[in-house]
Amino acid sequence: MAFPILDVIILLPLGGAIALAALPRDRVAMSRRLGVGVAILELAFAIWMTVAFKAGNAHAGFQFTSHQSWIGPLGINWYVGVDGISLFLVAVTALLFPVAMASPRVERSPRAHLAWMLLLESACMATFLSLDAFLFFVAFEVTLVPGYFLIIGGDGPRRGYAASKFFLYTFAGSAFLFVGILSTYLLVTSHHVAGTNSSFDIISLARGATHLPLADQELLLGAFGLAFAVKMPLVPFHTWMPDAYTQAPTGASMVLAGILFKLGAYGILRWGIFLFPRAAIALAPVALTLAAIGIVWGCVVAAVQRDLKRLVAYGTVAGVGFIVIGLFGFTVQGITGGIVEMVNHGLSTGALFLVVGMVWERRRTFAFSELGGLQVAAPILGWVFMVVVLSDIGLPGLNGFIGEFLVLIGTFITHRWWAVVATGGVVLSAVYLLWAYQRVFHGPARAINAGVRDMTWAERAAIAPLLAGIVFIGVYPQPLLNRIQPAVNHLVAHLEQADPGFHIPSSGVGHANYAVPPDQVVPVVSASKVPGAHK
Amino acid sequence: MSTIASPAHGAVASVHGLATHLAAATGSGCTIDGVTGKITGLCTAKGSISLPVNYAALVPMLVLFGAALVVLLLSATMPKRPYTSPWPAVPGLWASITALAGIGTVVDGLVQWHDVGGSGVVPLALGDQLFYDHMTAFFVIMFGAATVLGALISDGYLVREGLDGPEPYVLMLACSAGAVLMAQAAGLISLFLGLEIMSISLYAMSAYHRKRAASGEAGLKYFVLGSFASAIFIYGAALIYGATGSTQYLNIISFLISNAVVHNGVLLAGMGLVIAGLAFKVAAVPFHFWAPDVYQGAPTPFVGYMAAVAKAGGFAGLLRVLMLALPTQASDWRPIIWGLATASVLFGSVLALAQSDLKRLLAYSSVSQAGYVLIGLQPGTTGGVTAVCFYLFTYTFMVIGTFAIVGVVQGRGEARNDLSSVRGLAARSPWLAASMLVLLLGQAGIPLTSGFLGKWVVIAAAINKGQYALGLIGMLGAAIAAFIYLRVALLMFMAPEPTTAVVDVEAPAMAYAGGDLQSIATAGLSGRDTVLVLRAPPASRLRVPTPTAAVVVICVAFTIFAGVSTPLLSLSHAITLPWYM
Repeated sequence: MAFPILDVIILLPLGGAIALAALPRDRVAMSRRLGVGVAILELAFAIWMTVAFKAGNAHAGFQFTSHQSWIGPLGINWYVGVDGISLFLVAVTALLFPVAMASPRVERSPRAHLAWMLLLESACMATFLSLDAFLFFVAFEVTLVPGYFLIIGGDGPRRGYAASKFFLYTFAGSAFLFVGILSTYLLVTSHHVAGTNSSFDIISLARGATHLPLADQELLLGAFGLAFAVKMPLVPFHTWMPDAYTQAPTGASMVLAGILFKLGAYGILRWGIFLFPRAAIALAPVALTLAAIGIVWGCVVAAVQRDLKRLVAYGTVAGVGFIVIGLFGFTVQGITGGIVEMVNHGLSTGALFLVVGMVWERRRTFAFSELGGLQVAAPILGWVFMVVVLSDIGLPGLNGFIGEFLVLIGTFITHRWWAVVATGGVVLSAVYLLWAYQRVFHGPARAINAGVRDMTWAERAAIAPLLAGIVFIGVYPQPLLNRIQPAVNHLVAHLEQADPGFHIPSSGVGHANYAVPPDQVVPVVSASKVPGAHK
Repeated sequence: MSTIASPAHGAVASVHGLATHLAAATGSGCTIDGVTGKITGLCTAKGSISLPVNYAALVPMLVLFGAALVVLLLSATMPKRPYTSPWPAVPGLWASITALAGIGTVVDGLVQWHDVGGSGVVPLALGDQLFYDHMTAFFVIMFGAATVLGALISDGYLVREGLDGPEPYVLMLACSAGAVLMAQAAGLISLFLGLEIMSISLYAMSAYHRKRAASGEAGLKYFVLGSFASAIFIYGAALIYGATGSTQYLNIISFLISNAVVHNGVLLAGMGLVIAGLAFKVAAVPFHFWAPDVYQGAPTPFVGYMAAVAKAGGFAGLLRVLMLALPTQASDWRPIIWGLATASVLFGSVLALAQSDLKRLLAYSSVSQAGYVLIGLQPGTTGGVTAVCFYLFTYTFMVIGTFAIVGVVQGRGEARNDLSSVRGLAARSPWLAASMLVLLLGQAGIPLTSGFLGKWVVIAAAINKGQYALGLIGMLGAAIAAFIYLRVALLMFMAPEPTTAVVDVEAPAMAYAGGDLQSIATAGLSGRDTVLVLRAPPASRLRVPTPTAAVVVICVAFTIFAGVSTPLLSLSHAITLPWYM
């Protein structure tokens, strides 16, 4: 039996959190060593998994799978696996957590903070790796508890309000997911589609769900999508987000913005589009429109903020819009770009919140009116901020460019006008981010701003891995694309098979003539399939 | 099975099974027409004449009533308070006897579980008055566990309040016995007997805190309204008897199957009244008005016990009546249960938002929890029965654990029942706060707790019957309810509320050089080197009696255990009401 790498990746932080909880409260130094040590060990495992992951079309399916019976009477299994879609999300999660745990200073009860962080890491990993809908939902929901306590552990004056709002919004959204998963399972089970067994595993559900009537699929996708839209957050459901991100302490904001909202985007791809391909195609205009509104809205609102952290928080709304635009373009480039954007966004937003946290530690304020001219006293901090900002804007040579380019080109093929609006968003994001840079680091430095300390070596060491990732993906994205693309090819083939009326225009590169391994092919309804649908 | 269009048709199909089952077992009684499903003659199971009393079925009640008698007799041999004889010097004597009886009941429940497994056995005992089946055994285990937990948390509370004595334990044992009888009852009369034994014990327990006016008020309110509900119930039973000619569930159903009741107004009225009477016991909206006042006034450990046992007893009765006696009327009672369920879930959660008293808040939360059980009952399927039983079992542990902690936190004389009493609990007593957090998250239905799995099975049962709206309303209600539990959790993890500073006059200042003083104001008092030390009162550590701590640990452990593992779920899956499927 192979080494159960994924089980270890999920359970290791959980064990670390329990060990931390058992430590005496006053052993601060030891709990720091233990917590960060576990997170670094986790990173080592994640790197090992990423390297051992087999690229190429022959390996489009799930790798390192682990399958155990869990709650037998309900058809629930512990079923985890990784494919190109989740691989780098796991990797970026493992990268961001040790940085977020090691670097920013936590004033109040660091032991509890680290324990909640590890629990959150475990839940995020389980969400990304789960192939069982029940397990997915459990992990998705469990993230709320550590998220809540991390926000409460901050020092914002309205943290209780922000934490409750965060919890309740996402919990209410999850109510729809809860009912959606149960309905899907029961509908699929009652249809007795050949080849399905009554379990919550994703292949089984997908086999059955593609056979459901379109109206059912649309309702189910709507229920799933609502939960994920709140989590991401897409625009009308985003109001919890600025409060939560700004009230949370730096380390928590990093992972909340960098990782947690990716759960929603990942969820819509893995559990929304994959399970209900026909409904996804039918409802794509809705998602694209919301995303396009989100991009413009996020950029405009970010531009008028008077507070650096709120600006960054609203910027994430725009970032989410890009990801969704890519995913619902339904081309190989678009979806690949969406996934790359998720990874990028984890790196860039994480780094951005880290730098913003460093500004806070020096000046104890986020207000633009108080900041200005920091570059004089802290040139390295300024340059790091600049690089992160440029990565977020999408400067060629940095990671943001790769993702945005793929998203825009992929979606332009199928949904031209939405891509055009999104392109406008690129310009707008440059406006608000450069503006922010200008107001914080340039201009006349008042006495207090002229005296700030530059980045310490510890801070440089903390942000270095993130910067390395930003530059590496920007310069040499091939290892990523090689691993992501087979899974995306498989997904697009699945879309084309499920909806005979759906073709990617010939100018795209998204035909379904890929070598999909036979055991991974999701069979389609032969009755509804129009011969010759594939050109 | 889910494809059956009308419940009546389903019932006909099922009664085939019932009648052949009975006929095979008794060799006499009713005959059944294989084509139409008509039954001629009344189905009576193993006759009461030919068989002696099945004591196996009676063991739980014998143990519980026996223990009550032992406590009464022992206490009668002792001098009045203050005790002088060596006997009562044994601390926790009454609680120990009660807990032992509870453990005995649990063990007997497990024995019963294996005993009733044999096929072909008609699950009736004692002249057809009692059922002896898996469901009985399951509820016996549940009530036994509730008795153990209830007795253990009562001990510390009663000692603290200076109220220790045999009476509440006698009442508790009788109450559990009554609840067992409700779960075992095979007819409306036995059900009423159990209901009254349980209720009267609870009225007295609610009023037991002699030093608090609120307790007496709670007892009186509960008694007056509860008696009214009992009267409603018994009137409903009488109407059902009038309509069908029997009060025995199996006779009622065989009558309803074999006779087309054209003008069924009397039957429906009887059914409605029986449902109303039992809905009062489980505190479902709109029969919940007693709950906040009683929960607020009654002694806290008894409230936890009551919330678990009265609810489970009431639901056991509802399950039997609706699923066994009246399955043919499912199209009539399912909308009623639908209304009760949605109203309880929504109003319970919303009204809880407005509460500032911790016990009232938990009262409304228990109202909304009753709503979830009703959601499981509404579809009227085997899956629903499983879900209801599982939910009640897990809720027993969550609610008793919660009230155990509330009883500790509120302090002597129930001085502090407002929400702020839990403020800063995490700083004062981290483990207690962590336990409370798990129990609250369990009631909110957060994954990895039994509460989540309970909601999952309950809503799965509803959705399996096509009740999507009911499931969605239930989950949105859960989101509202989550806010209540979060409010409490948030307060626990907030800093302790600033209280009036204690002023110490101490000397010399240097002694505090290494201390953690918040503020030191020096004052030249009579020329000596003294300081005025202003500080918050030292965070008084909560004294948690050992039995109560044990209960909290058990409840938390069970809440997590049942949330991530199979055994309890498998157990509740074995519960079927085989007559209706």
